[in-house]
Amino acid sequence: MDLTFFAEQLLNGVQLGILLFLLAAGLTLVFGIMDLVNLAHGSIYMVGAFIAATLTLWTDSFIIGLLLALPLTLAFGMVLEIVALRTLYARGHMDQVLATFGLILFLNELVRVIWGPAGLAIPLPAFLDGSISLPLGIVYPTYRMFIILIGIAVAVGLYWLVAKTRLGMLIRAGASNRTMVGALGVNVRLLFTAVFGLGAMLAGLGGMLIAPINQAQIGMGEDILILAFVVIVIGGIGSIRGAFIAALLAGVIDTMGRAFLDVALLTFLQANAAETAGPALSSMLIYILMAAILFFRPQGLFPPRGG
Amino acid sequence: MSDKMADAMADPLLATRSLRKSFGGIVATDDLSLEVAAGEIHAVIGPNGAGKTTLVNLLSGLIKGDGGDIVFDGRAVSRLRPAARAHRGLARSFQITSIFADFSVLENVALAVQARSGHSFRFWRPTGDDQRLRGPAREVLARVGLADRAEILAGNLAHGEQRQLEIAMALATEPKMLLLDEPMAGMGIEESQRMIALLDELKADYTMLLIEHDMDAVFALADRITVLVYGRSIATGTPADIRANADVRDAYLGTSETG
Amino acid sequence: MISTMFGKPTAWTTTVLLVVFALMPFVAPAIGEAFYVDVFTRIMIWSIAAVGLNLILGYGGMVSFGHAAYIGIGGYTVAIFGFHDITNGFIQWPVALAISGLAALVFGAISLRTRGVYFIMITLAFAQMVFFLGVSADKYGSNDGLNVWNRSTFEVAGLDLSIDDNMTFYYVIFALLLLVIYVTRRIVNSRFGMVIQGARSNDTRLQTVGVPTYAYRLTAFVISGVICGLAGVLQANFEQFVSPDMMDWPRSGELMFMVIMGGMGSLFGPVLGATAFLILSEVLSGITIHWHLIFGPLLILLVLYVRGGLTGLIGKFERRPPGV
Repeated sequence: MDLTFFAEQLLNGVQLGILLFLLAAGLTLVFGIMDLVNLAHGSIYMVGAFIAATLTLWTDSFIIGLLLALPLTLAFGMVLEIVALRTLYARGHMDQVLATFGLILFLNELVRVIWGPAGLAIPLPAFLDGSISLPLGIVYPTYRMFIILIGIAVAVGLYWLVAKTRLGMLIRAGASNRTMVGALGVNVRLLFTAVFGLGAMLAGLGGMLIAPINQAQIGMGEDILILAFVVIVIGGIGSIRGAFIAALLAGVIDTMGRAFLDVALLTFLQANAAETAGPALSSMLIYILMAAILFFRPQGLFPPRGG
Repeated sequence: MSDKMADAMADPLLATRSLRKSFGGIVATDDLSLEVAAGEIHAVIGPNGAGKTTLVNLLSGLIKGDGGDIVFDGRAVSRLRPAARAHRGLARSFQITSIFADFSVLENVALAVQARSGHSFRFWRPTGDDQRLRGPAREVLARVGLADRAEILAGNLAHGEQRQLEIAMALATEPKMLLLDEPMAGMGIEESQRMIALLDELKADYTMLLIEHDMDAVFALADRITVLVYGRSIATGTPADIRANADVRDAYLGTSETG
Repeated sequence: MISTMFGKPTAWTTTVLLVVFALMPFVAPAIGEAFYVDVFTRIMIWSIAAVGLNLILGYGGMVSFGHAAYIGIGGYTVAIFGFHDITNGFIQWPVALAISGLAALVFGAISLRTRGVYFIMITLAFAQMVFFLGVSADKYGSNDGLNVWNRSTFEVAGLDLSIDDNMTFYYVIFALLLLVIYVTRRIVNSRFGMVIQGARSNDTRLQTVGVPTYAYRLTAFVISGVICGLAGVLQANFEQFVSPDMMDWPRSGELMFMVIMGGMGSLFGPVLGATAFLILSEVLSGITIHWHLIFGPLLILLVLYVRGGLTGLIGKFERRPPGV
């Protein structure tokens, strides 16, 4: 097997994993602390992409567009929490699923009204548009490397936030004992809004980062949302560490499966059978992984509560 | 010790051997060996956190032990699931009332009757007029004093009545033994008196393991008492033995008024 | 509880609805709106699926967010048979139902090991798995879907019981809807049904009185999958087309909405819900192309404020049950 191709696919897998982590982090935080299942999390990813794309075209700079879009997505998330999602905390998971499903319909249509039905493409800045040479003669697109580095920076930052800061202390306390946080005299409503905004910003960042590769598109959040759900289920709902590991695992397995499964199948299947089964099986691989993990560990790899 | 009890001790209905269970670092059941003779009411008392509910959960199969054995009616049941243990004749009640709140009182008990009447893969005949279920259910309701409440939604019963319903559901499974987890929890004096009278009447037909905080009830009903502290049994004996036991007084009876 | 669920509060509504269903093929052409026959055919097909989902969602408390998968499996089975020139309904239909049931058995067996939100998500993920299977099936049209050139054929001893005629097919679907409702009614009132509802109400208690609930919940899950498979068989025959879209996850969400809208755990609720959902879509999309701007918030309000769904709402107006 070609080593450079293998390494390239591996990095692509990591890059997908990073993207999944950006979505899954917010999803799992919001679930862990507010006990909210938010299907519309993917819509925030989409809205982030559209805002960043608009600002990029406006300012002629992807970096400035990105930096402006982040606080805007944060604000968007907080407004969404205050207007629509706050009332759902006290509801059952099914009500949350259904209400946020309604929200997806609304937000998709809103984006269509504002930005039109076509996607929004944005160019990459020159310094990111090219390839870099890595050891072992591997050449990899600079921008994808940029995504990976940003994702790792976010993961480290999030770890620092949760492990070392007062907000993080409250987040951890909130995940394990909600009433206690209230008893500490903390403004719980504000904490919830802040946490939701943070999660929204991370999801938005994911959308912004992918926009130069795939365009900002209506409905772009839905497919990746399901994958993000798979990730947090595998990782253990509420666990950021679990989300990170599961996201990388899912990203790599999905990408590698698509790249190599048909070749691997050739070793014990006929050529045309492998060609048929390869794509089918590789698109199902991540779900099979999830089913297998849940079969042995119904609470995921890192169940956050009750040991 | 009476002859009847001496016989039973030789061949207890329920026995645990070196039963162990811990949650994280906390030991809830510590090398517990306990024997309940057929026909007796065996009370288990102890301060809060002594592992009493854990014991009932272990016996009924809702949680798995870390080690040790449970032998019921001459057979090891440690590996059986809750439903299988119920079929062997081990019925329980819950400390926090556990009923089918959106079913009628009669339906609650009928479901328990159904549970012991073979499998329920019967898809066609309505249960509403099935006297094989409703008949025995009404009998059990009459026995616990809920006959005139049969058609009420279980969730709408008064607290004391829900506790009676718990007992009725346990009885409806035609058990050999009842595991009662604080049947008097949250009851007023009058309701407690009625429950004591009910248990006293049931005593003739059922072996019971009784977890209870109400010491008056325990000393009125129990043939023998085991005292648990931090998951370990520190004493077992007749009520008189326990009253006289200095360890027990130190560890428990003297220190805690509420029990 | 059981007897009041589909009892008097909605009897009047139910009757009206069934009369509308029964007469639509005559009424619609008479008022010059013949396309309503198609709308109502779809309503009845979705009603069948909704009744199927309601068995586990409403009665069993199992929040499956992946039941579109079984609709898709039923539909694709018919389409793939047709693709290979096997149009015999006596082969197509039983095999389609069997495969739906088998899929539900496998997915349910794993999903039911989990609880709560894990269950919601794992059912969703399995459905997506089936969806992507459809997308990657190049031979069967992948994203573009597959035409069903001929409806299923039913020939017995030289007698051709064709469903090619839309009017005939309409009444076949109507009869199947009634049959499914009747069978579901028997099931929920049977011993099996009591166990399913008991497990929803208090699973632990049911186990401790001696019912191993897992096997019963799984059986209900399979029955529910088979009913949705039937809806898929009918949909493929009616639209004469299948595509991965029919099992994409928004379809599962819509199906859930139909059940919730009508009122969970009532026999006719899902039928009412499917009717309301589809007619509302039809009407709103006639007003503006951006109808989701209205529909989305409407669905949110429905979840937030209309507890018990339409059945509950209508029940309030028709008759206040004593003591509530």
